Amino acid sequence: MGRADLHGLAGQNACAAGPTAIEFQNVDLSYSGKPILADLSLAVGKGEIVCIIGPSGCGKTTALRVAGGLVQPGSGSVTVGGKPITGPRRDVAIVFQDYGKALLPWRTAAGNVSLALEAAGTPVRERKDRIHVLLEKVGLHGHADKYPTEMSGGMQQRLQIARCLAQEPSVLLMDEPFGALDAMTRQTLQDETLSIVAETGATVFFVTHDLEEAIYLGDRVIGLLPNPGRIGTIARVDLPRPRNQLETREMPEFLRLRRTLFDFIEKAEG
Amino acid sequence: MSRAAKALAIPAALLVAAEIAIRLSGTTSLAVAPPSSVVMALLAALGDGTMLAATRDTLACAFGGLIVGGAIGLVLGLLFGLVRPLDRLMELTVEAIRPIPSVALIPIGMLSLGFGYGFEIAIVAFACVWTMLIMTRAAIAGIEPRLLEVSRALRLSTHQRIFKIVIPAALPRIIVALRLAAGFALVVAVTVEIAANPQGLGYGILIAQQSLSPQLMLAYLLWIGLVGYGLNVLLSLAQQRLLGRAAMVEVRQ
Repeated sequence: MGRADLHGLAGQNACAAGPTAIEFQNVDLSYSGKPILADLSLAVGKGEIVCIIGPSGCGKTTALRVAGGLVQPGSGSVTVGGKPITGPRRDVAIVFQDYGKALLPWRTAAGNVSLALEAAGTPVRERKDRIHVLLEKVGLHGHADKYPTEMSGGMQQRLQIARCLAQEPSVLLMDEPFGALDAMTRQTLQDETLSIVAETGATVFFVTHDLEEAIYLGDRVIGLLPNPGRIGTIARVDLPRPRNQLETREMPEFLRLRRTLFDFIEKAEG
Repeated sequence: MSRAAKALAIPAALLVAAEIAIRLSGTTSLAVAPPSSVVMALLAALGDGTMLAATRDTLACAFGGLIVGGAIGLVLGLLFGLVRPLDRLMELTVEAIRPIPSVALIPIGMLSLGFGYGFEIAIVAFACVWTMLIMTRAAIAGIEPRLLEVSRALRLSTHQRIFKIVIPAALPRIIVALRLAAGFALVVAVTVEIAANPQGLGYGILIAQQSLSPQLMLAYLLWIGLVGYGLNVLLSLAQQRLLGRAAMVEVRQ
């Protein structure tokens, strides 16, 4: 299954064509002596959707947190839009998996979106219209006055995405955002994410444990190996866009990629 | 029989039994009185205004102490919760002073402040500081870490982080602390009055005892219980009214 040439990529620069949005350069990171990421180098092109997969403990979430400026690497650097990341930035938005914990339960949907605008110093009179547009974009029009606890999981995650879009990010970092949702909601949100990204031209760094989701969404799928986290495989996804939940998933290329990546994960876990 | 009637059946039966037993035995005990004379004594004391004046004095001191002590405890709790190095620096000092029973300060308070409102408020405030401090600090430590990460990711300023994330997230537990502190405040105020300060409900109960009037003494006891109950109901209502959504969050947790 071409495993030899897949592994040949480990540790090498994984470059993207065109201008670069996110670049990891020889990133090392360890927690209390245990290496989490080792010599991670990776470039994500502007407007590209890169999905990160790998067994648990491979450092995929850590890589995302480094790109978001929530964690500083031990050595090496990460640049976003050509500027090194030294802390969280407004043009880099993070969608957390646990939407229930990431939303403010004492604020309504509108209030939660407003938080990002307040942080950005958006004038009060502009906020209402911006919130309206953002909630509409994620399909939450008419739910502006609802509290997160009155919403379903899918709606709460939509709300978190709306709050991230309020930052007008050039880069969206998504950490297993649909992992806790049921299959139907997940597919709907996948398609909505794709259309939002197509509209805004944002670069997406998408961490998931769902291989099919990675292939369905991504321009490239990058598989990490654990202990310490490093690049194990890079698969280019040449599936036509816009993608379709039925047709895309039935394409021979989709099935081939799924097999290749499944083998990779199985080997990485074993 | 309705639920309320069922719940009241046993207390009512006990009161009737007490009434009959005390009347029949012809006791001259100075610790008991028939319930009917307790109620009469209560109505009389309410009627002549002495009970209400005493209630005003006690509540003024309890609330005064709660406001002063609660505010100090809240500010210190917020500071210690937000600035960890300060918390570690102050830990020994706090843990050394906190275990002192507030009523043990009565002799010193009496000497330095004399009788009256100031003295009583100071003792009540001392009792309230620690409840508020410890629980506010714990409330801040218990804030969902993800929320703090969100505030970092959105690049909220320190001021925004404290007022838009930290305080609203800690508020339900701070309100619970306030309710607990209010309970202590009433207990300590009455204790100070019984032990030293010649005013309020505590002093009233003491005088009734010393003037060999068990029905009035028990009437004071009954009234203090009613005041405490009323205070709790009031605070509970205020909690729901003021917090609304945030209070519901606490219930869910």
